[in-house]
Amino acid sequence: MTLTHEPLPIEPLTKKDFTSDQEVRWCPGCGDYAVLAAVQSLMPEFHRPPHEVVFVSGIGCSSRFPYYMNTYGFHTIHGRAPAIATGLAAARPDLDVWVVTGDGDALSIGGNHFIHALRRNVNLKILLFNNQIYGLTKGQYSPTSEVGKVTKSTPFGSVDYPFNPVSLALGAEASFVARTLDVDKVHLQNVLRRAYAHEGSAFIEIYQNCNIFNDGAFDLVTGRDSKADYQIRLEHGQPIRFGADGTKGVVMTRAGHCDVVDVAEVGEDALLVHDEYADSATLAFALSRLAQGPSMATPIGIFRDVQRPAYDALMTGQVDAAKAKGRGDLKKLLHGADSWTVAEVDKQDETRDPKDTRN
Amino acid sequence: MTTTHDKQVEALDRVVIRFCGDSGDGMQLTGDRFTSATAAFGNDLATLPDYPAEIRAPAGSLAGVSGFQIHIADHDIMTPGDQPDVLVAMNPAALRTNVKDLEIGGMLVVNEDAFTDRNNEKAGYTSNPLEDGSLDAYQLYKLKLTSMTTKAVEGVGVSKKDAERCKNIFALGLMSWMYDRPTEGTEAWITQKFEKRPDILAANLAAFHAGWNFGETTELFASQYVVRPQQAPPGDYRNISGNVALAYGLVAASELSGLPLFLGSYPITPASDILHELSKHKNFGVKTFQAEDEIAAVGAALGASFGGALGVTTTSGPGVALKAETISLAVSVELPLIIVNIQRGGPSTGLPTKTEQSDLLQAMYGRHGESPVPIVAPYSPSHCFDTAIEAARIATKYRTPVFLLSDGYLANGAEPWSLPNVDDLPDLHVDFATEPNHDGAFWPFLRDPDTLARPWAVPGTPGLEHRIGGLEKANGSGNISYDPANHQLMCELRAAKIAGIADDIPELEVDDPSGDADVLVIGWGSTWGSIRAAIRQLRADGHKIAHAHLMYLNPFPRNTGDVVKRYPKVLVPEMNLGQLVKILRSDFLVDAHGLNKIQGKPFTVHEIAAKLEEMSQ
Repeated sequence: MTLTHEPLPIEPLTKKDFTSDQEVRWCPGCGDYAVLAAVQSLMPEFHRPPHEVVFVSGIGCSSRFPYYMNTYGFHTIHGRAPAIATGLAAARPDLDVWVVTGDGDALSIGGNHFIHALRRNVNLKILLFNNQIYGLTKGQYSPTSEVGKVTKSTPFGSVDYPFNPVSLALGAEASFVARTLDVDKVHLQNVLRRAYAHEGSAFIEIYQNCNIFNDGAFDLVTGRDSKADYQIRLEHGQPIRFGADGTKGVVMTRAGHCDVVDVAEVGEDALLVHDEYADSATLAFALSRLAQGPSMATPIGIFRDVQRPAYDALMTGQVDAAKAKGRGDLKKLLHGADSWTVAEVDKQDETRDPKDTRN
Repeated sequence: MTTTHDKQVEALDRVVIRFCGDSGDGMQLTGDRFTSATAAFGNDLATLPDYPAEIRAPAGSLAGVSGFQIHIADHDIMTPGDQPDVLVAMNPAALRTNVKDLEIGGMLVVNEDAFTDRNNEKAGYTSNPLEDGSLDAYQLYKLKLTSMTTKAVEGVGVSKKDAERCKNIFALGLMSWMYDRPTEGTEAWITQKFEKRPDILAANLAAFHAGWNFGETTELFASQYVVRPQQAPPGDYRNISGNVALAYGLVAASELSGLPLFLGSYPITPASDILHELSKHKNFGVKTFQAEDEIAAVGAALGASFGGALGVTTTSGPGVALKAETISLAVSVELPLIIVNIQRGGPSTGLPTKTEQSDLLQAMYGRHGESPVPIVAPYSPSHCFDTAIEAARIATKYRTPVFLLSDGYLANGAEPWSLPNVDDLPDLHVDFATEPNHDGAFWPFLRDPDTLARPWAVPGTPGLEHRIGGLEKANGSGNISYDPANHQLMCELRAAKIAGIADDIPELEVDDPSGDADVLVIGWGSTWGSIRAAIRQLRADGHKIAHAHLMYLNPFPRNTGDVVKRYPKVLVPEMNLGQLVKILRSDFLVDAHGLNKIQGKPFTVHEIAAKLEEMSQ
C-alpha cells in the first residue's frame, strides 16, 4: 500500500523533529550517544518527514535506538530486525526503513537474516554498531571479539575466531558496504549520506566504544596520536595512502591480496587506487582483509557501492505488472475453470429411508 | 466419448475407489484427475491422498507406495470412506500395503506386468499373490496394464520408458469407463498439461482412450457402473482442496479488508501448496515472500502487518515451534498476524505427509510468558475458505495474532464446494488511526473500550509517529514501563481482550434432534466428517447421540461449558493423545473421555461408531 506523501513542511526540518521525548538510557560515555546525535542531525537533510521514516531494531544496547528517534519505530526481537524490516520494506516500498543492530544481534543470533537481507538487496539501511562485546547481558565475548579475549564467559580467553563484518557482508553479495567510527561525526555522516542515496541494502559497520565492558577497543584506530598509522581512509579514485604525511600505502599483490607498504619503497604509481564502483567485489574484499581487527591498520570509508535492483522494487514490479494485465476478480477466482451449476428443481427428494446407513 | 457397446449398467449409490502404486507411478495425478471428472459429473465426493515423504522411494518398495482414495456418491457424504470397494494396484508393493483395506468381495484390479519375481520379492511375497490363491476373497482382475499401454502408444514415437509412464493414464481411462465419467475434461487437461511436449501429449491421449476402449470391449467386465449425480441444493459448485480453499480465503480476506495480503513462508509439507497458490495471484496485489527460514517468514509477515498489510505466515508444526518467539512479539505489540498451521505427524520431523491434530496445545500454550492467541479450526476442505476469512476478521479487529489449525487431511483432501456469493461475504473494513487520540498526542496503546483493541497507526501517517516493541509498555502511552502493577494490568488486559472475542463469535451449535441424547460427541477440525457419518449410522439404529463441533478453540464459544455439562457422557475424538479433552476437563471440570488415534490417518467411521455403540449401552 502507498499512502499519499504529505507535502513537505514549509518550515525546514531540524534535528528536533527527529528527536523523541524519551529519556536516553545508555550508560554515560557510551559511543551510542554520538551515533544517535549524528543521525538525528543528519536526517533533516534527506527531506523525508519523520512519519515516512521507520527505525527497526533487534535486541541489545544499540537496539534501543528507535525509541529515541521521533519517527515510526519497532524494537523487535533478538536477531530478527532484518527479517521484520524486510517484510515492512517489501510491503511498503514508499517508506525509508533503517535497521539498527549490533555485533551479537546481527552476526550471531541473527546471522542468517543479515546475510539474506543483503543478498536480496532489500531497501534497508543497516547500521551495525560493533563494540566487540555483549553489553546488555553484561560482558560476554561476541562474534567480533578477538581470539583470546577474557570475558565473563571466557575466563581462560576466547577460542572463537571472529567475523570480519565487512568481509561477511561482501561475501553475502551486499551492494553497499562501508565502515565508519562513532567518534568521527563528519566521516559517519558522509558515509550515511552515501548509504541513504544507495538503492537497495546499505551495510554500515560502525566501530562503537563500549566504555563499560570493552573500553578502548578501537583506541588505536580512533586515538589522536595513533590514528594516522591505524586509519586507512578509503577515497574513490585516490591511491590508498595513510600514515603521517602519507608515507604508507596499500598495494595489491600478484597473489590478489592487499599489503601495506612504504610509499618511498614502491613508488606512488604502484599504490592501489580505490574503486568503490568496481563490478567485482574482489578489490573491496581484499581491502577488508587488510585488518582482522582494530589492532591493525584498518580501512574505513566505502568499500563498495554498486547498482543492483532493490528487492522490494522487483517484488512490487511483478505485482504491478500482473495488475496491469487486469486486476484480480474474486468471483472469477473462486469459480475457477471447472465450476458447475445445480439448477433449481421442483420437488426435492425427501424420501430418504431413515434406516439408511450410508456414509 | 460415449459408450456404444451394449453392456449391462449397474446403478450404485456410492463407491469407494483407491488407486495405489509406486510414488513415481503418478497415482496422485490419476486420483486428482478422476476427482475432477467426478466433480464435474455432479457426484458428492471426498478424497484421501496418502503418499510417502520420499519423492521417489526405491522403486517397488513398500515404503514408496502412494495411494489416493476417492468416495463417490449420489447423496451427501462426509468421509473418503472407511474401506475401498475397488482397489487399483499398480505393483506388488501397492497390493501388499493396501489389499487388507479392501472390502471382502471387492474389485481388485492389478497390473499383472508388474508382478515379476523380483518385484514380488521386494514386496515381501514369497510366491506370486496373483497365482497362489491368496486373493480368492476378491474379484481379481489381472490386467497387463504396462504392455497394453506400450502397445497403445506404439505409433506415437515416444521412448519405451515414456510409453510405460502412461500406464496410470490407461488405468484412468479404464476407471473412467467403468464409472462412466465424462472424458472431455480429462482430454482437455491432458492437452493442456503436455502442451509443450506434443509426443507425450499424444501418448497420454492414446493411453487414456485405450484404457476406456479396453473396458468397453473386453469380456472381462460384465458391467459398467453408474453413480448418479447428487441432488445437491441449487447453486454454483466447484471441486476444491483445503489448501487451495485456504489460499482463496486469504485472498478474499485481503479484498474484503482492503489490506494487501503479504505472505511470509518457508517451504514445508503439507503447507507449501498455499505458498504456491498465493504466488500465482499477484493481480490481487498479493505479495509472497519465500523467506530464508521459518523465523524470517513470520518476522516478515509481522513487519508487513506493522506497515498496514494483512500479514500471514503458513507452515506446519515444526515451523510453528521456530516462530513462537515472533508470535509472542505480535501478542506484545498487538498487531494482526495470521499463523496457519497445516498439522502433520510429530514430534520432530515425524510423519511429514500424514495428518494429525497434535498441535492444539502448542497453539494454545506453546509460547513464553502470558501469551494468549485466538485459535480457529476448519472442519472440511471447503470450510478452510471461511475459516481464513474469520481468522483475518479476528486478527484485524482485535489486533492480535490468530492461529488457524488445519491439517494434512483437510489440506490435500477435496470435496465439492457450494460457492459463496461474493457480495454476501463479510465486510472486514479496517479503520487505521489517522488523528492524535490523547491531548494532541498519539497513544498507541489507548484501547477501544469495547474490544480492548489498540489503535493501528501505520507508518506514513503524519503526526502519529510512535515506537512499539517487545518490552512491556505502559497501558495507554505505550512507553517502556517496568512498573509492576502496569505489567499485571497489561497481562490481564491482553487476556481479557482475547477472552472477550467469545462475545463476537457464534454460540456452539448442538445437533441433538431428540433433545435427550445422553452421549455428546464434541470434536474439532477434520474429524467432523467421520463423526457425522458415525452419528448418522448410530441414529439410524435408534441411538440418541448429540454432536457439537468446535470451530473456535480459543476462546471457546460462550455456551461451551453449558453444552459439555448438559450431557452425562462426553466423547472427544481427536487425532492425538488427548489435547482438546484435556482443555475441556480443566476449563469445565467435566468427565469428558478421549477417543484417540494417532496413526497419520483420519478416523474411520467404524472406529467412532464402535466407540459410540459401546458408550450407548
